[in-house]
Amino acid sequence: MAALKMPITAEDHIQGLESADVTLVEYGDYQCPHCGHAYPVVHQVQKQFGKRLRFVFRNFPLSEMHPQAEAAAEVAEFAGAQGKFWEMHDKLYENQERLGEALFLDLGERLKLSTTALRQALEQRTFEARVRADFKGGVRSGVNGTPTFFINGHRHDGSFDFEALVSAIHQAMGTAKSA
Amino acid sequence: MAQSSASNVTPIHSGGILPAGAMAPNFTLHVTPDQTLTLSDLLGRPVILAFYPADWSPVCGDQMALYNEILPEFRKFGAELLGVSVDGAWCHGAFAETRHLHFPLLADFEPKGAVARQYGAYRAADGFCERALFVVDKKGMIAWSYCSPVAVNPGADGILQALEDLPK
Repeated sequence: MAALKMPITAEDHIQGLESADVTLVEYGDYQCPHCGHAYPVVHQVQKQFGKRLRFVFRNFPLSEMHPQAEAAAEVAEFAGAQGKFWEMHDKLYENQERLGEALFLDLGERLKLSTTALRQALEQRTFEARVRADFKGGVRSGVNGTPTFFINGHRHDGSFDFEALVSAIHQAMGTAKSA
Repeated sequence: MAQSSASNVTPIHSGGILPAGAMAPNFTLHVTPDQTLTLSDLLGRPVILAFYPADWSPVCGDQMALYNEILPEFRKFGAELLGVSVDGAWCHGAFAETRHLHFPLLADFEPKGAVARQYGAYRAADGFCERALFVVDKKGMIAWSYCSPVAVNPGADGILQALEDLPK
């Protein structure tokens, strides 16, 4: 149990190189406060490891609990289809307390995306299937809440503060040592 | 019955809970203060029994909330999901309402933990259920079971695999 079942492909949202020593995968929800806390931590961890770390983000919106999570995920995918996934991803987390259509359109504008197309994509649920596919793959991999991290394909069951993630990544690198 | 240690860290060996191949003990438990549910009424379709320690664990990644999101995937197999803990029906009601749960929570409340004990899924030292999962086939036989360390939400991958492995 609890191993990443969905291989990382070109369809994924990836920061870093395939040749990196360690791949960190996050299944996250834009409206989840815990993911909000993890967001700057992941940035710090990426800075710490530089090119030795590859980061992948996949959608896991808990829609029953977080009414804006699905739409936010679709907004990020919309931006992704135009090469601006990470810009939108970051802005969504940085404005987590304001998620909603007004913010989505505002962010779209700031990223110079067509707000008409964005509104249409949300209405027509253009990216629903993509988000759902991430979710289903996550479930099959043992995602058990948000955020769930996988380090080199193994679910990280510990805490996701900076020290814990760094130490788990070191361990995965086979250079187990305290950070 | 011998129970595993109360440690949250040591994985509890699944030897303690009823294994695949055993018949699922029948039970009748309260779903609401004035409504009960009997396991044998569900014969003919698979049932997922999810024993869990308590309502109101203070995290988003709460196991029942997660299963609530995954419900459509379970229903594709025609499966019924039942959550079971020692919390009372009023407590379950408030919890289910807050989390918008769309499946029944059963109150193994009086005598406390009696059903969990029958499944080997009661932590006598703590006074609450193990985090134990059972997939019961349409004939009432346990097809798969798994006991997770209490602190680890087991997710749903094992359940989905077990449902997929059921004979058609």
